[in-house]
Amino acid sequence: MTNLKPVDIAVIGGGWTGLLMAKEITAKTSQSVAVFERGIPRQTADYAVTMDELDYNIRLRMMQNTAEETITHRHSLKDTAVPVRQHGSFHPGTGVGGAGEHWGGASFRFLPDVFKLRTHLTEKHGAAKLPEDLAVQDWAVTYDELEPLYWKSEQLMGISGKAGNLRGQKIDGGNVFEGPRQQEYPTPPLKHSYASSMFEAAVRKLGYHPYPTPAANLSESYKNPDGITRPGCAYCGHCQRYGCMIGAKAQPTNTLLPVLATRKNFTLRTGSWVRRIVHKDGRATGIQFTDASGEEFFQPAATVILASFTLNNTRLLALSKIGKPYDPAARTGTLGRNLTHQVQVATRAFFDKPLNAFMGAGELGSRISDFDGDIGLMGAEDGLLRVGMIAVSSNGDGPIGSFGAMPRGASKSNWGPEWKKAALAWKDHSASISMAGEHLAYRQNYMDLDPTYTDKFGDPLLRFTLDWTDHEFKQREFAARIQAKIAREMGAKFDEGPPTRAHYNVINYQSTHIQGGAVMGTSPENSVVNRYLQHWDVPNLFVVGASAFPQNAAPNPTLTVLALTYLSVDAMIHQYFKHPEKLI
Amino acid sequence: MKRREFLTVPAAALGGTLLYTLAGEPFRLQAQNGTVKVPLRFFTADEARVVTAACERIFPSDATGPGATEAGVVIFIDRQLAGPYGRDKYRYTKGPWVQSVPEHGYQGKENPQETYRQGIKDLGNFASFTVDEQIKKLTAIERTHFFQLLRTHTIEGMFSDPMHGGNAGLIGWQLVGYPGPQMSYRNEIDKHFGQPWRPKPASLEQVMGRPGKPWEDEKG
Repeated sequence: MTNLKPVDIAVIGGGWTGLLMAKEITAKTSQSVAVFERGIPRQTADYAVTMDELDYNIRLRMMQNTAEETITHRHSLKDTAVPVRQHGSFHPGTGVGGAGEHWGGASFRFLPDVFKLRTHLTEKHGAAKLPEDLAVQDWAVTYDELEPLYWKSEQLMGISGKAGNLRGQKIDGGNVFEGPRQQEYPTPPLKHSYASSMFEAAVRKLGYHPYPTPAANLSESYKNPDGITRPGCAYCGHCQRYGCMIGAKAQPTNTLLPVLATRKNFTLRTGSWVRRIVHKDGRATGIQFTDASGEEFFQPAATVILASFTLNNTRLLALSKIGKPYDPAARTGTLGRNLTHQVQVATRAFFDKPLNAFMGAGELGSRISDFDGDIGLMGAEDGLLRVGMIAVSSNGDGPIGSFGAMPRGASKSNWGPEWKKAALAWKDHSASISMAGEHLAYRQNYMDLDPTYTDKFGDPLLRFTLDWTDHEFKQREFAARIQAKIAREMGAKFDEGPPTRAHYNVINYQSTHIQGGAVMGTSPENSVVNRYLQHWDVPNLFVVGASAFPQNAAPNPTLTVLALTYLSVDAMIHQYFKHPEKLI
Repeated sequence: MKRREFLTVPAAALGGTLLYTLAGEPFRLQAQNGTVKVPLRFFTADEARVVTAACERIFPSDATGPGATEAGVVIFIDRQLAGPYGRDKYRYTKGPWVQSVPEHGYQGKENPQETYRQGIKDLGNFASFTVDEQIKKLTAIERTHFFQLLRTHTIEGMFSDPMHGGNAGLIGWQLVGYPGPQMSYRNEIDKHFGQPWRPKPASLEQVMGRPGKPWEDEKG
């Protein structure tokens, strides 16, 4: 073990949160910041010849190497977990920029009631009506407190969109259900595709309130407050699971790295796999990592920021024996509790006319929030508490992934001449109308260390215990009925049957929105970190990311992750550095 | 070191010269003559003939357009299997190996190379079967992991960039009217509503002016 020269701040993870922390700290203080990223270095120029569906969209060339580390999964406490041997239901990134490189760019604010969900549900339904195993809790921050930080995050990335609630004034064409915004979006919405224009027309006829998906794919050239200029999106259709060749999609490498490159108090060390946070008597003393050659190092640091993906935030705390692991049977401990994903259901709609769906952008789409939260619920839906957003997105259909989409019954076999003929007849004639739904937290869904399976170093893998409950099935069935109405209005053929009530599966991609494990709260009894993402037990350790979400909201998490990062780093700069021994 | 194996195919079977109509219906203008010897990276020549025949049943050449043989799907699969994917370089392969519920996906120990080697062996003298016999044989194994890989790889070989060895002459992309990885649709995305818009296909190398780096060529 080689001891390195001490730094003021060691940051674990070189993605959105770690690099944003570093950018803010190095701009406003003289603290030395060293970021440790286990993957490879990355820059925009790397993406020049990566528009390849096979390697990037299907073989997932940008994602974490599951041979080195993966997770295990089981459905319930009585099952034995097995490894997720290849990526499926979500796609953790690696390398500089992390999942922020291959994301789609959806950049939503959460509804105000999301941040006080326990209070809201109790007031609306009464405590007795809520499921006994419901583990949702209020966040330690409100929408109003986050609003200026949401705006900072939107400016950082130049989000394209249309306001629907500007200082209380409702604006048709934007999301009229959103919390009040102080400013219009930095850039106008992306252009429509044929599919999104048909969706918009149909939902308007049905009396809903369509708005363009707010996107980090720029609609036009934009210069952010740091002086970083990025071009408008080319709609090339190679976005999610790819890095952007021209930098139109906000990624840490094109938004944060160019600013950090000029900072003298910043260093970035790639190929550095952090394996432990070292601590003594309630203080972090530094980090232990292994470099690409296998050599081990100790990096002393006055402050440690754990800013990796949700999975590794929880895993590294557990491996480092920081905090008390959650025990779902005894209902004790906090580390690993409130694991949530996102609830999805898609209705494949088939049209008479071709869609030219090879064109698109990561988050080009039209959507409605008429059923987000509990907005569209009349109270009569038995046991249904929350639903989600419904949308059509045109993110660029590749010829491999989209081949074979056909209405049920169009071919008896899924290979051979009859299948080929039907697949060719229906090619480029379908789109998904889909829900992104709020995933409530339950006592039985959590993360801990697996007792059997290990990573390439022999350290235990993270274990998921996670399954869908009756509530998620009801969400899907409700949304599928709305989606059927929309598909019918769009003049589409579609499968009329209700969605299946299947167990959680790790095979089919759902979304890379995994939350919880190191949740924020108002006391060490119900949370791992305080509202500034400072660890209750180790005040010089901050745990940043969607790991802090007590439960998921319906929308995708990145914008809220960035807003929380600003909340944390602002408090660090203005309060913590004066008294690093104390909780803020 | 094993002797290098080659697959010998008529040139006309690999791409040839195709035209396509606006409706996306390809037709052959002129077949090329002679034969092409393709060096194999993983398969033996006998194995390649079995895989060629099986892929042709999955994605046949018929009245609706060209199929797996013309696209060179077998060459695509050969390269995938020889590369990191075929060796499970990026799959978690630590034990214990246990069979689990279907929601956990493929939990087998065999990598794609091993699955193919055994699967091809089980197909026996497949290349010399009649078409009906071939269909019957594949139908009998259609629920196996091997067949599911073969079917998936056939589609991938039809429609992936030609740098991977399939989609010869871009015939797969012509068949479905896919233009390839174009740099920009900024002026097209909100036009052509309800109408097929089918720009002439181009490969990644043609678009970028330099070759891509297919993952299967990764060393180590």
